[in-house]
Amino acid sequence: MNDSLLLQLIVNGLILGTLYGVVAMCFTLIYKASQVVNFAQGEFLLIGAWVCWWVLTDLGLPFWLGFPVTLVFMMAFGIILQVVVLRPMIGEPIISVIMVTIGLSIFFQSTMKWIFGVIVQPFPPIFETQSVSILGLNVQPAYLMSLFVSLVIMGGFAVFFKYSKLGLAMRATAFNQQVAQSLGISVQKMFALSWAISAMVSALAGVVFGIVNGVSSALSLFGIKVFPAVILGGLDSIVGAIVGGLIIGLLENIAQYVDGEWLNIGNLYNIAPLYVLVIILMIRPYGLFGTEKIERL
Amino acid sequence: MAGNASPRCGDFKTSYAADTTIFQTPLSRYATLSGIALMALAPLSFAGFEPVSDYAIALLIQIGYLGVAALGLNILVGFTGQISLGHSAFFGFGAFASAWLNNSFGIPVVIAMPLAGLMTTAVGMVFGIPAARIKGLYLAIATLASQFILQDFFSRADWFTGGTAGALAEPFSLFGWKLGGDREYFYVVLVTVVLLYLAAANLMRSRDGRALVAVRDHYLSAEVMGVNLTKYRILSFGISSFYAGIGGALFAHYLQFVSVEGFDLLLSVQFLGMIIIGGLGSVAGTLMGTAFMVLLPELMGGIIGALQQTDWGNIPAVTQGLAFLKQAAIGLAIVLFLIFEPDGLAHRWQLIKSYWRLYPFSY
Repeated sequence: MNDSLLLQLIVNGLILGTLYGVVAMCFTLIYKASQVVNFAQGEFLLIGAWVCWWVLTDLGLPFWLGFPVTLVFMMAFGIILQVVVLRPMIGEPIISVIMVTIGLSIFFQSTMKWIFGVIVQPFPPIFETQSVSILGLNVQPAYLMSLFVSLVIMGGFAVFFKYSKLGLAMRATAFNQQVAQSLGISVQKMFALSWAISAMVSALAGVVFGIVNGVSSALSLFGIKVFPAVILGGLDSIVGAIVGGLIIGLLENIAQYVDGEWLNIGNLYNIAPLYVLVIILMIRPYGLFGTEKIERL
Repeated sequence: MAGNASPRCGDFKTSYAADTTIFQTPLSRYATLSGIALMALAPLSFAGFEPVSDYAIALLIQIGYLGVAALGLNILVGFTGQISLGHSAFFGFGAFASAWLNNSFGIPVVIAMPLAGLMTTAVGMVFGIPAARIKGLYLAIATLASQFILQDFFSRADWFTGGTAGALAEPFSLFGWKLGGDREYFYVVLVTVVLLYLAAANLMRSRDGRALVAVRDHYLSAEVMGVNLTKYRILSFGISSFYAGIGGALFAHYLQFVSVEGFDLLLSVQFLGMIIIGGLGSVAGTLMGTAFMVLLPELMGGIIGALQQTDWGNIPAVTQGLAFLKQAAIGLAIVLFLIFEPDGLAHRWQLIKSYWRLYPFSY
């Protein structure tokens, strides 16, 4: 037994879990608002991180300026993607919508590899200190920032959807598009807005992850990792996405610990969440917090 | 309708036999037969005929084995309406299974290939079990998981796949007669393709085939009419895996080496791209889509290679990143087809045919 390692892994799991939670939230946002399962969610992180990296290194902008530039770019990107690609797909069968996002994911992944290469690129250092000691554990400040940023985003989402007029309009659209439209809400705008927010927040998660681990095509793996989280939490529940993300983050790291200490299978870290995913789909497809669909004739 | 002077306008069918026939017109039957005959002649080189180049034969073989696997996916996705994102894992399983049966038990390749298909069927039905309970996008996600689980299995099951070293596969042989070269192996692929495509076309005329289509079109009505949903969903996964397994076995004994890498999500997406571009629920379209998917990167490589010879075409960014550009083109082709031609090439082909049949009238 190695207690300090276990503790370290649990802390890592929690921090990574909040990031998964944020990405899962973005995924759920798109699904709730426009009924599109976005298989290209990981590429949002990838593009956001690469753009930010490019702005910081090649253009030499400071972080406080380069980061908002990235966000603005991602907002435009999300809106354009929704209007140009996803809008013609409204009313198409589910397989077409799924395949469009998968096609986009392949396209963006390979385009990013083409433009930026396949080598991991480190972000320019943003913090002076390399690690902070909390309760005897070494934690990188970027991780702390990631935790902090994730919590702020989650809080921001809660406030936005609860109190702002736009958030209310988005909830109404998610609840029933026809009713929302009859009340004067532009459903098209809400669709575009949800994609813009999702792209921006995903990019933020991508940048945070990139600061810690460097930017590489591995970021698009988030798009796969997000599925166990959202299915566990329930596909149409924002709270579920956060909880699911946390659980999957923890599960990964505990799986790694169990694997390293006793089982020695290797790669359990990556594959354990997928087994969990299949099991949940078999026994409770609507997840912990999702609404159960009842079909009647 | 042969011998009828006035052109056909619309589909007027007066019997069930006419409705379920594979070839709607005698012309299409003869065109298909002559197409097969032409293919059979392709590897031969007569005096006066330029022999088809080795490169073209290799491409045709590739279209053949991928087309078999893609047809399986089309039965699952196009005819039964289930989504699978893990098809390449089954393709890979078939490849490894055939090599393993041949290497470990000395089963001749001719028998190992269908046996590998049956093994893959069993695996596919196990991974199809979630389909009994879930559908649509949940099923897509479950099959995505099965893709990664099987890939993980390939990399760690040394006894079966040879682990990271990969597995060697014997060349195809029939009664002691070795078919090593591409030109000989081409006939193995051709026979398999013809048999399996015929089987699929006939499956769709049968009671089971109609049940599969009913599950796709309206599963609640199908269940009310007495179609066992669970049975047909899992059966569909089984059939689709059988085709994938046979395709994989053809692939294994063609390359004579199976590596653990390559049976990844990208290949699964390519399979889906083939059937979307070809046309969901179209047997003939599957082959068109496969040809498109195989030829697109080759064509791009050819064009860029030709441009490289000229002064202004040698852009290092393009030539060095060609592999990524090919991948991007696959993704882009899927997106563009879904937006502009969602019914695929098969539908476009029907439109062209009916245009010429009714020419000069528009309908």
